[in-house]
Amino acid sequence: METMSNIQIETKKLNVCYGKHCIIRDVNIKIPAKKLTAIIGPSGCGKTTLLKSFNRLLEIRDDVRISGEILVDGINILNPKLNVPDIRKKMGLLSQKPYPLPMSIYDNVAYGLKIHNHVKPEKLEKTVKYCLKESGLWYEVKDRLHEPASGLSVGQQQRLCLARAIAIQPEVLLSDEPTSALDPIAAQQIEKLLVKLKKEYTVVLVTHTLRQAKRLADHVIYLYFGKVIEQGPADEIFNNPKNSKTKLYIDGDIS
Amino acid sequence: MENIDKRNLEEKIFKIIMIVSILIVIISLIIIIGIVIVNGASSLNLEMFTQTAEGGLYLGKSGGILNAIIGSIILALPATLFAFLIGIGIALYLQRDFTHPHISSFIRLSLDILWGIPSILYGIFCVIIMMYLGIGESVLFGIIALTLLELPLITRGMDEAMKVVPVGLKEGAYSLGSTKFETAVKVVRRQAMPGILAGVLLGLGRGIGDTASILFTSGFTDDIPTSIFDSTAALPSSIYFLYNSPIESVRQKAYAAAFILLIIVLLISIVSRALSKKSVKYVIK
Repeated sequence: METMSNIQIETKKLNVCYGKHCIIRDVNIKIPAKKLTAIIGPSGCGKTTLLKSFNRLLEIRDDVRISGEILVDGINILNPKLNVPDIRKKMGLLSQKPYPLPMSIYDNVAYGLKIHNHVKPEKLEKTVKYCLKESGLWYEVKDRLHEPASGLSVGQQQRLCLARAIAIQPEVLLSDEPTSALDPIAAQQIEKLLVKLKKEYTVVLVTHTLRQAKRLADHVIYLYFGKVIEQGPADEIFNNPKNSKTKLYIDGDIS
Repeated sequence: MENIDKRNLEEKIFKIIMIVSILIVIISLIIIIGIVIVNGASSLNLEMFTQTAEGGLYLGKSGGILNAIIGSIILALPATLFAFLIGIGIALYLQRDFTHPHISSFIRLSLDILWGIPSILYGIFCVIIMMYLGIGESVLFGIIALTLLELPLITRGMDEAMKVVPVGLKEGAYSLGSTKFETAVKVVRRQAMPGILAGVLLGLGRGIGDTASILFTSGFTDDIPTSIFDSTAALPSSIYFLYNSPIESVRQKAYAAAFILLIIVLLISIVSRALSKKSVKYVIK
């Protein structure tokens, strides 16, 4: 556990500012490949901003300034010469509230495959089925694949978002409090899926529930007001934090 | 207790205000339609739909208004199509995926001002161009005038519909590796579809009902145009001319024309509602 030979994402002196207000300050982190890394910290500490910087999603907001380096597989993705859709393609996203695309269940999963010409048309159906099975949704939707995705429950929508994400074979799954809008049973399904999927994908999980981080994480990054206080293997952070601020947070004294 | 009474009273007063407002709208609508039907029904016969006007501008008692029906359709439908095609480009450009909010808010302001310009000015603007080019009253410039008239309305309608598409939905599309264009055309467009249709319908409604902008640009004639450089009548302008006639039976034809215009607007409304219903199923809440 200590040696992290495979680093999927690494940031060097990362700063993210909206106007004059800096949300991420001098962040240096390493996220191991094919593990589940939890980013924890109190509300408003920049967890989501950090997560969305990994696939350059922050640029949708016009007044954002990003400096430093974000290395994904050793390549600095902030390099302006890179093609942004190619960077994003490598990373699936689960958001707090699931947003399926305004199309049928089938088309939601096929969408990414189609825009990237990922599979031949005759294989499309098979791939869609595979992805829906992977996300545990197949048996619930197999008879209504061509109905609007808007008709699914929130929990099903979140699993659909997972299915459409893995359809384009990303390397990383970015998940931003993916269970916060779900009921306990749906939340548990998502948690199980994340644990299953970390064998194949690098999972980065932003969560505000410590218990969830304790249940799922292999690796933990503790963020406090835009700065990394501590990072390391989960058992070390939870059982033997080096920083007093981490200990306060783990014990529930900072929220 | 006193407080509760006061709040209940507020509630009642508010309810009365709402009911009165709705009644004003519904009663006016019923009166308008009633007047049109009562006065127009006697002139409304098959002839109105199948024959062109005969016997001159204010005096023609015989014949129908086929020329005006055709005129309205060939002016308003292409104008709406062009306004939509130009407008969708502008509306997409106004989204913050493509443009900085400072620029788009300036363009929105400009469109809102254009929206408020009386339609006669669009007509006069086109007449100036027509004189410069040496082209007379024609279908072509009728369409151009109506396109300009409808453009701000349709554009802002579509713009507002796309503006309220949740950022999370766009983020979802982007994180699948969509380009801005794919996100706009495949995702935002679908989500905004009911609003886009509503915007187009509003534009078509304004275009098909407008008189002032086409009065000088497409002119008025009893004949069915055979080329885009011919002048043409349209329903609103023929209502205007027919109603100004000193002859009672000609004035009644104006009501019949108004009735036909109402029917056309109603049909368009029904069709677009059906389309909207289909697309609304897919909208993510």
